[in-house]
Amino acid sequence: MNRRDFLKNTARVVGGITLPLTAFKIINPRELLASTGDKTKVRWVFLVDTYKCVGCGMCVRACKLENDIPYDAKVTRTWVERYVITKDGKTHADSPMGARDGFTTSKIDLGIDGYEDIKNADIDKGFFVPKLCNQCENPPCVQVCPVGATFQVPDGVVLVDRTWCIGCGYCIMACPYGVRFFHPVYNTAEKCTFCYHRITKGMKTACVDACPFGARQIGNIKDPNDPVTKIIMTERVGILKEEYGTKPQVYYLGLDREVK
Amino acid sequence: MKSHVYRPLWVVIGLVCIILVVRYFYVPKDFGIGRRGYMYGWHRKADVEFWKNYKVKYKGSAYCKDCHSENYNKLMQSPHVIIPCEDCHSPAIDHPMDPQKLQIQKGRGLCLRCHYPLPYPTSGRANIPSIDPDTHNPGTECVMCHNPHNPLEGLK
Repeated sequence: MNRRDFLKNTARVVGGITLPLTAFKIINPRELLASTGDKTKVRWVFLVDTYKCVGCGMCVRACKLENDIPYDAKVTRTWVERYVITKDGKTHADSPMGARDGFTTSKIDLGIDGYEDIKNADIDKGFFVPKLCNQCENPPCVQVCPVGATFQVPDGVVLVDRTWCIGCGYCIMACPYGVRFFHPVYNTAEKCTFCYHRITKGMKTACVDACPFGARQIGNIKDPNDPVTKIIMTERVGILKEEYGTKPQVYYLGLDREVK
Repeated sequence: MKSHVYRPLWVVIGLVCIILVVRYFYVPKDFGIGRRGYMYGWHRKADVEFWKNYKVKYKGSAYCKDCHSENYNKLMQSPHVIIPCEDCHSPAIDHPMDPQKLQIQKGRGLCLRCHYPLPYPTSGRANIPSIDPDTHNPGTECVMCHNPHNPLEGLK
């Protein structure tokens, strides 16, 4: 080895050693976000008070008309479930047409098996549970989309791109809450958007506006003065299917263990 | 090495080039990733505007107030004050231009949504006055006798 080669190699090795390890690190968007500060001031959440719900179904009707979901098709972005728990410990649940026309009979709709009559004297508990998209913090429906047609907006709402959806149905299978379906007209995946066109204009969602009893409320969890935030932070609220780790953002007052 | 060995390689390289060119023109320019990376934020950004610009159809009871003040004020004095106008009168959309007339729901089914007797404990439904539709003047529309804007007004 001559002197020239020795100096060259020494310079290479020293240069290689001094190169910081961070130079090889791939940028993580979450860290990038943390370093620049989270600029989003809004995170939409929903609150349902099952004590107040009377099962009139006006929310379902309003949702269908507001969002152009074919009225007589058996699909809906939101629906109301009725739970009747009888003294023998059995749970009876139904949601005829998603409760679009409310519950105007005491008989439980069993689908093709007809109707089940329940005597008032046998009832231990009876209540209504409105359901809608949970706008999960970790939405499994978004994870599985192979084409990037469904995504999470920074304010937490999960939307579907109708021009980009290929109709594979993965997201419909992935949602543990069963809130997704195919739109009968566009033949693309469809879901509750928290009425994104209304909440971004300062209005409430159509279902919240249509509810006469105040059973449904929408709020911004990042605003500590929001009445919905105050209830979620100070009262006993439940969420659906917590064990899935999806971090659902629809909170329920008076949730019973029979409700899945 | 002979060229027949390289030939499939050229085919593969050609295919990759074609796919890259097609992808360049087919994928929208605003297709990108959001703040949470590919898993949750991979999308076409213009679609957020599509959902923001969706048409609002339910305008709220304040929209009805000025022209229909008589019924509006009557409703405000009654126990039915909690019910928004559009629940029974259908969404206003661009009324009075479009639609010129709203489709009012008048059937018994509308009132029975709340007034069918379902005395479920732990549900607000148990506290609403109710009638049995099989015995309470079957076949007659409720509005023939009751005023929905003020049910306490007395029978017509």
